[in-house]
Amino acid sequence: MRTIVILAIVAAFFTALIFGGNYALRLATIFAMYATLALSWNIIGGLAGYPSFATAAFFGLGTYASAILQSSGMPMLLAWPLGGLTAAVFAAVIGLAILHLKGHYFAIANLALVEVLRELVNINDRLTGGGMGLNLPVTQGGVTQQAVYFLAAMLALAVITLLSAAAVHRGKLGFALRCIQQNEDAAVMLGVNARLYKAAAFTLSAVFPGMAGGIYASWVHYIDPSDVFDILLSVKPLVMVLVGGLGTLFGPVIGAAVFLALEEAVWRSFLTVHAAVLGALIVALILFLPHGLMSINRRRLGAGRT
Amino acid sequence: MSALLEIDRVSRSFKGLRAIDDVSLKINAGEIVGLIGPNGAGKTTLVNLVTGMYPATVGHVRFNGQDITRLAPNRIAKLGIARTFQVVQPFPRMSVGDNIAAGALFAGGSGSLADARRRAMELAQQVSIADLFDQPAETLTLARRKRLELAKSLAMSPKILFLDEVNAGLNHVEIDDALRLIGRISQSGITIVVIEHVMKVVLSISTRLVVLHHGQLIADGLPEVVVRDGRVAEAYLGKRYVEASRGAPA
Repeated sequence: MRTIVILAIVAAFFTALIFGGNYALRLATIFAMYATLALSWNIIGGLAGYPSFATAAFFGLGTYASAILQSSGMPMLLAWPLGGLTAAVFAAVIGLAILHLKGHYFAIANLALVEVLRELVNINDRLTGGGMGLNLPVTQGGVTQQAVYFLAAMLALAVITLLSAAAVHRGKLGFALRCIQQNEDAAVMLGVNARLYKAAAFTLSAVFPGMAGGIYASWVHYIDPSDVFDILLSVKPLVMVLVGGLGTLFGPVIGAAVFLALEEAVWRSFLTVHAAVLGALIVALILFLPHGLMSINRRRLGAGRT
Repeated sequence: MSALLEIDRVSRSFKGLRAIDDVSLKINAGEIVGLIGPNGAGKTTLVNLVTGMYPATVGHVRFNGQDITRLAPNRIAKLGIARTFQVVQPFPRMSVGDNIAAGALFAGGSGSLADARRRAMELAQQVSIADLFDQPAETLTLARRKRLELAKSLAMSPKILFLDEVNAGLNHVEIDDALRLIGRISQSGITIVVIEHVMKVVLSISTRLVVLHHGQLIADGLPEVVVRDGRVAEAYLGKRYVEASRGAPA
C-alpha cells in the first residue's frame, strides 16, 4: 500500500515535469532543496531536540565556499562537495563550543552565527565581492538543458540526504539522539557520549545544506550575502519539519512539499500580503496538527484498534 | 586486598555549603553496603560525586585503582558504575524495551541495537516488566518505573550499582519484592550500595552500614553495631530523645 502511494507520487512528479515546462522544473528543484534542508534540520532539531537556526549559516557557507572555489577554476562537481565539507567542518568546531547551551540559548547562539557569517562575507570583499555579490562561471547548454541538469543534481542530493537520514534514524546515532532529546542527563548516566553525538548530529545537519548551497550557487549564477545568509532559510526548514512531523523520517519531505505548495499558491493569489497569509496558514496547521501530517496516518491506525 | 571503589578524603561545596565534608569510604567487591542518613545528609550528593555528575572539589575517587575523580559521567558509566535515580528518570516517550536497551547499547557492551534489545528483554523478564516491553515508559506506575530504572542500570553490566531510594514510595509488598530482587542481583556478582533514609529497609539486606550526617561519615561497620551507635541514634532522633530514653527504665 505504502509503496503504491510512493510510486504514484513519484510518477505524478515526473509527469508534471514533462508537461510543466521550465516553471515545473524550477519548482521541483526548489522542492528538492527544501527537502534536503528539512531532512538535515530534523537530525539536530527533531531527533536531538536542539532548535537549530544555523541552516542559513551552513547554506550560505556552502554557497560561498563552492562559488569561490569555482571562480578559481575548480569544476562544479568537485566544488559542491567541498562546499558541504566546509559547512561540516564549521559545524563540528562550532558545535563543540555551543552545544552545551540548551533551548532558547542554543537558538540565539545559532542566530548570531548567521549574522556573524553574513558580516564576515560583507567585510572580506576582495575574496567574496562583499555586498556586490559574486558572479559564477556560466554553465554551457540551453536553458531547459541547464534546468534539467540542476534539478537532477538537487534531486540526487535530496535522495542522498534521505538515505543518510534513514541510516541515522535506524542506527546507534539516532537512538542516542532520541535518548538525549528525552532526558540528556539520564542519557549521559547511561553511558551516552552526548557531546560527541550532538556534535555529529550538528555536523550532519550542516553537510547537506552546505552542498545544497553549492548547487544553488551554480544554478542561479549569482549570489550575495543577504540572499544566502537569509534567516528565512533557517526558519523554513523548521516549519516544514513541524508541518510534516517532528523526528519522523518522511515528515520533512512531506512538509517540504506542503510548504512549497502553500508558498506558491499563496504568493500567486495574495501578492501583497502573501507572507501574512502563509504565516496564518502555518499557525493553523501546527495548532490543529501539533504532531505534523505524519500523525494523521498514526491516528487513524490508533482509532482502528480501539 | 584493594577496594573496588575507594572514596579518599572527598569534599564538595556548593556556594560555601559543605554538602560532603572529608568523607573516606572503601567498598569491596561483593558487599551490600547500606548508606543511610537523615534527609539532606548528603547521600545523593555522594553518589553524584562518584558517578561524575559533578566532580569533587577536594579528594579522589578511585575505581579498581584508577582515578576517576574528573572523568566524564559517560566514561564512568562505561567503566562499570551504575546508579538509579531517586526521582526516576526514564525516557518518557520511548518504549520500556528501548529504555533498557539504551543501557545495554551505550555502557553494557552490546554490539548492535538488535543485540541490546535482546538483552533488554532478558532484563525486563528478570524484573517482571516484560509484559510492558512495548509500552511507552511514561505509562508505567511508580513501582514499575522503579523496576524499569533498575533494569536500565543492570543493562549497563555494572560492577557496582548505587540504588538511590529505589524503595521510596512503595508499599510493603512491593518493598519485599524489591528486596528479594536486590538479593538476587547481589548473588549475580554485582556490588551494591543501597541508599535509604528509612533504616529498617536496609538493615535486612546490608552486610555493612555506613551513616552520613551533615555531609560527614559518622559510622561505618556491621549493621547490628552501627544501629546501637549513640551518634547514629542522635542523628536520626535528636539529642534530647536519646538522653531521655537513656534515663527511662528499660
